[in-house]
Amino acid sequence: MTREEIFKKYGKSKDNLLYIMHDVQDNNPRHYLSEEDLKEVANWLGLSYSYVHGVATFYSMYSLKPRGKYIIRVCESPTCHLMGSSDIILELVKHLGVGIGETTKDELFTLELTSCIGVCGVAPAMMINNEAYGNLTPERIAQIIEEKRREAR
Amino acid sequence: MPKRLDILVCSGAACISNNSTAIKDKLQAVLTENGLLEEVSIIETGCMGPCELGPVMLVYPDGVFYIRLKEDDVEEIVREHIIKGRPVKRLQWATAEARRIAEEKRQIPFFEKQVKIVLSNCGKIDPENIEEYIATGGYEALARVLTSMTPEQVINEIANSGLRGRGGAGFPTGLKWKATRAASGEEKFVVCNGDEGDPGAFMDRAILEGDPHTVIEGMTIAAFAIGSNQGYVYVRAEYPLAVKRLEKALQQARKYGLLGKNIFETGFDFDIEIRIGAGAFVCGEETALIASIEGKRGQPRPKPPFPAEKGLWAKPTLINNVETYANVRHIILNGSKWFSEIGTVNSKGTKVFALSGKVENTGLVEVPMGVTLRELVFDIGGGIPGGKKFKAVQIGGPSGGCIPADYLDTPIDYESLKRLGTIMGSGGVIVLDEDTCMVNFAKFFLDFTKEESCGQCAPCRIGLKHLYDILDRITKGEGEMEDLETLEKLGDEIRKTSLCGLGQSAPNPVLSTLKYFRDEYVEHIKEKKCKAGVCELERPREEVSIEEKLKGVI
Repeated sequence: MTREEIFKKYGKSKDNLLYIMHDVQDNNPRHYLSEEDLKEVANWLGLSYSYVHGVATFYSMYSLKPRGKYIIRVCESPTCHLMGSSDIILELVKHLGVGIGETTKDELFTLELTSCIGVCGVAPAMMINNEAYGNLTPERIAQIIEEKRREAR
Repeated sequence: MPKRLDILVCSGAACISNNSTAIKDKLQAVLTENGLLEEVSIIETGCMGPCELGPVMLVYPDGVFYIRLKEDDVEEIVREHIIKGRPVKRLQWATAEARRIAEEKRQIPFFEKQVKIVLSNCGKIDPENIEEYIATGGYEALARVLTSMTPEQVINEIANSGLRGRGGAGFPTGLKWKATRAASGEEKFVVCNGDEGDPGAFMDRAILEGDPHTVIEGMTIAAFAIGSNQGYVYVRAEYPLAVKRLEKALQQARKYGLLGKNIFETGFDFDIEIRIGAGAFVCGEETALIASIEGKRGQPRPKPPFPAEKGLWAKPTLINNVETYANVRHIILNGSKWFSEIGTVNSKGTKVFALSGKVENTGLVEVPMGVTLRELVFDIGGGIPGGKKFKAVQIGGPSGGCIPADYLDTPIDYESLKRLGTIMGSGGVIVLDEDTCMVNFAKFFLDFTKEESCGQCAPCRIGLKHLYDILDRITKGEGEMEDLETLEKLGDEIRKTSLCGLGQSAPNPVLSTLKYFRDEYVEHIKEKKCKAGVCELERPREEVSIEEKLKGVI
């Protein structure tokens, strides 16, 4: 879907700002909102650029810098913390060779943290794009990442 | 046509995260291969509760409960159980102590003490099929309300039931409805708060994923009662499956004439739109949620005016959470008297709790209010794994507090939890064992709330950072005894002066651990010791490796 198609889908209603930004971000191959995106969204809804920028930076799921094909969001809720999420994060950092908030050189993975993804019964957990992974162990991390690498080929 | 066997495959997010979709696909393939699809049906249900044991599967009418399934197990189950009628014992649920094979769902202690009202359909019906919901009495309550009751009667029924908000503060639902109905204004809105942000809570996700129509029905009844024609469900963007199932449910309800114009041909119009968040914990606060629906930064505003008077687009707005709406149809169908007989004097009905952390059976449980913490953690939860000692439960997420072993026999209701310095919150119960350092745990919560603070008011923005810094020093062996007094004083100030519920309750994890586990704080400060072995206090900081430093941060 192009940006214009997304705009038309929602109309000019200002309360659709969050939806529009989600869709624009999802349709961007690099999963982010560019400056141009924000300007166009602002124009379409008749809002100022600073207003749209303010909303985009308030919510943690919007990114203003390019990200990878797979966005890994590791849950860092107290439950996951208790069940060993720091080991999972360390393993991901080691395995991907990037820090939190960074993207791998091959543009495949971006590593992020999230507050809670609501699968506390199978902590520690993470999401890759829209898919949740539970009962994680450092060994499983390697498998999952390899699987995704294969999938991307 | 009814089939010989129904195989219910749990498709809650936790089981899906453990590969249940592949198991369902395999089951479908093996049944097809054996020509069994005519006599056996596969039903994908919402969360069945015991997430720890996932992926799980239930075979009816045999009542055989299979757990921790792998793709490779499917053929054996079909060959032995489905074809030959011999359930596969090694895959069935065995109790923790006796390892006795349980044959019936009701014999499993996890289910024995539970009373399922809100979750009655979760894990039993296909949430993507409205007819299965209708077959369980779905939309009957709405029909009754629209055809034979006045809005006042509906409000009275809810008020008499004693239902209180399940999202946090426990405000009487009937009063809220009454106030919104009484507020002046032509246009009013019904909003469902599905921004379940409390870490450790996942009941609203399970309800939206496992029984979305119960929320739609509850909201529609509420709309009739307060006089509204438009509703919104605000769901977190972290719950894509809940959004998908809810969307489907809304479409089906419209198709069946249960939403939209002239519902049940009574002239009543009501429709619901979904709004999704974008990752902000504070949006669970009702005024922040309203701002977010309006497409703004999710920042709370001072109350009053309450949303009942000035809410969405400054119009009177009723906001209840998912679990609260899920109770409504049952109260209408069974009567307020029935509901008010469940629970304690001031807390009626059941509550869904999400058990997680260091407990044998993690997952969702629904129990009558007034059940003790001991029953919740030890009988239903199966106790602490690995022979470890119980230390505390953390209830109510970042707004709640920790309760130590001495209070395990406290009945759980709104008032008694408040007396212990915590809150019911949305019902997240995190169990902690002896390996948990309470100072570190409190620090972890503060790290969360300081990150999630919207930054609008100084007590929350600056105060929480200070609380965090002090805790951080203590966990690094650099604390002083005066710090404890500062923590208490500052915590109390933040509580009294913050703008919204986030700030007002954020010091609770610190204050409650200071109250019940002061000795651990003192030990960290005076003896530079962490008996749980979590904090690194004795070595000079230069010797700590980068990895370990990172561990402290994340």
